[in-house]
Amino acid sequence: MTTTPAGPAPDRAVRVLSPTGMVGAGFPPETVDRGIRLGADVIAVDGGSTDSGPYYLGSGTAKTTAAAVAADLRILLRAAAGAGIPLIVGSCGTSGADAGVDWVAGIVDAILREEGLALTVARVYSEQTAAALKERLGQGRIHPLPPMGDLDAATLEGCSHIVGMMGHEPIADALRAGADVVLAGRATDTAVAAAYPLMRGMPAGPTWHASKIVECGGQCTTDPRAGGVLATIDQRGFTIEPLDPSNACTPASVAAHMLYETVDPFRMREPAGTLLVSDAVYTALDDRRVRVEKSRFEHAGQHTIKLEGARVTGYETMSFSAIRDPHILSRIDEWVALLREILTGRVRQTLGLGPSEYAVDIRPYGYNAVLGDIDPAAGPPREVGVLLLVNAPDQATATAIAKVANPLMLHLPTPDMDHLPSLAFATSPAETERGAAYEFVLNHVVDVDDPSEMFRIETAGGPSRD
Amino acid sequence: MTDEHRPTLGEMALEVRSKNAGPFWITMELFMRSAQDYAVVADESFINADVIAALYDLDPANIQIFHIPALNVVKISFPRPVAQGGLRDRDIHAGQHHVPLAALVPA
Repeated sequence: MTTTPAGPAPDRAVRVLSPTGMVGAGFPPETVDRGIRLGADVIAVDGGSTDSGPYYLGSGTAKTTAAAVAADLRILLRAAAGAGIPLIVGSCGTSGADAGVDWVAGIVDAILREEGLALTVARVYSEQTAAALKERLGQGRIHPLPPMGDLDAATLEGCSHIVGMMGHEPIADALRAGADVVLAGRATDTAVAAAYPLMRGMPAGPTWHASKIVECGGQCTTDPRAGGVLATIDQRGFTIEPLDPSNACTPASVAAHMLYETVDPFRMREPAGTLLVSDAVYTALDDRRVRVEKSRFEHAGQHTIKLEGARVTGYETMSFSAIRDPHILSRIDEWVALLREILTGRVRQTLGLGPSEYAVDIRPYGYNAVLGDIDPAAGPPREVGVLLLVNAPDQATATAIAKVANPLMLHLPTPDMDHLPSLAFATSPAETERGAAYEFVLNHVVDVDDPSEMFRIETAGGPSRD
Repeated sequence: MTDEHRPTLGEMALEVRSKNAGPFWITMELFMRSAQDYAVVADESFINADVIAALYDLDPANIQIFHIPALNVVKISFPRPVAQGGLRDRDIHAGQHHVPLAALVPA
């Protein structure tokens, strides 16, 4: 299929190419070539998420491996340079912490040198200091989002990293200042795609809605593994099509994407306002392209920036043993309770620690480890893996507790047994030190006067770089 | 009583899924195959905040239920009982929390 998108002439529309849901996830290179041939005006791609847990923000490290990120960025940088269009990467390095932006910038820099590309690269930093936020807190300008309560200064001070989620404005600032490549810290998934069309005068409703739909690349198509999508935004709405000619967008596949990872499928808050899609109309243009109109965007009276923060909860050590003996499995609840009870006593006896000085989670995988008490299934399991997860104020203590548990995870019987069983450790040594453990503690917004005031732009490179 | 097997929502639906909606919320969707099956799950005497609260050990006041007839979808969102990625979170992406919902059997 070689038809170009229908709709207004190119100068009245802006085409956003979304190659994949996350840099490093990979995509067929030819899908990007096709998007360029269809007239893409900008390539926008997300580089992160909170979805894999607080570790990545807490530690400031990426979930993706450098080689996978480099492979994707090499394709995108060549494509953007060849077409003379901007490339925007959001939430760099998974969390969007400053270290993540610098990590991606280092990868980009190496590619630009290797490929002989002279592009201007802007880094937009989103990390926040506890000191600056405490000042805003004191001014009453930080508010909780449900289900969180009010924030206190100690929570801010306890975070190892805090980021603000930028909207489109700081990204647009960087583009206006001449950036060819924008490497953004934490940004809303949508802002990454919305920045350029909004700069070019596309209306807010269709732009934000299209940006939500393309945020996960091919997730809004009937075959999410076949590469990304192209959204053509104009004054009345937008048209979306997959980059792979054999893949399809249908009204249902596009509309269903508004459900994905959202609390409310009809309203989505951005720093500048709220996207409202309850009146949106999805129409099939043919068997693989969908037209969307009547999306609305309600500009907020108060611009807000959402905060994300993670703190260290302690240090973890894990141990893993397994049970196959049907007798123990028929009384697995009793066995788990007995393990907990005896371990608590042994830790007090050997290490002098009470239960409030550490935490232990015992997970009987194969029984009800995933869902616990809400598991609808009943009946004895065939085999159970017992994961012991210990959290303590320091690594040595966590490991000491796991080692105290070791003889129990090897030989603990059920209360009715008159002999000591030997259970199946999965590895030797049984214990694995996991290092620092983290938790998300912020779900709050900051009232700002200027949507860019919490973000910092640094620009490097360009035509004169070599 | 007969032994006739009555289908679960998991068997009736195209898909029943759950996922994080940010670190502090879980959201689930019932994608039904037809308007007729959608009517079954959209019936508020069958799926309502009290039923979901009992199924997931939640406060019904915090449960949000959305009806989307155009897609034959009912969507249910609630605050995560355990914050994502903490010591006691055993489903980091909340991708397995649809199972109790999928096990429901309509009357």
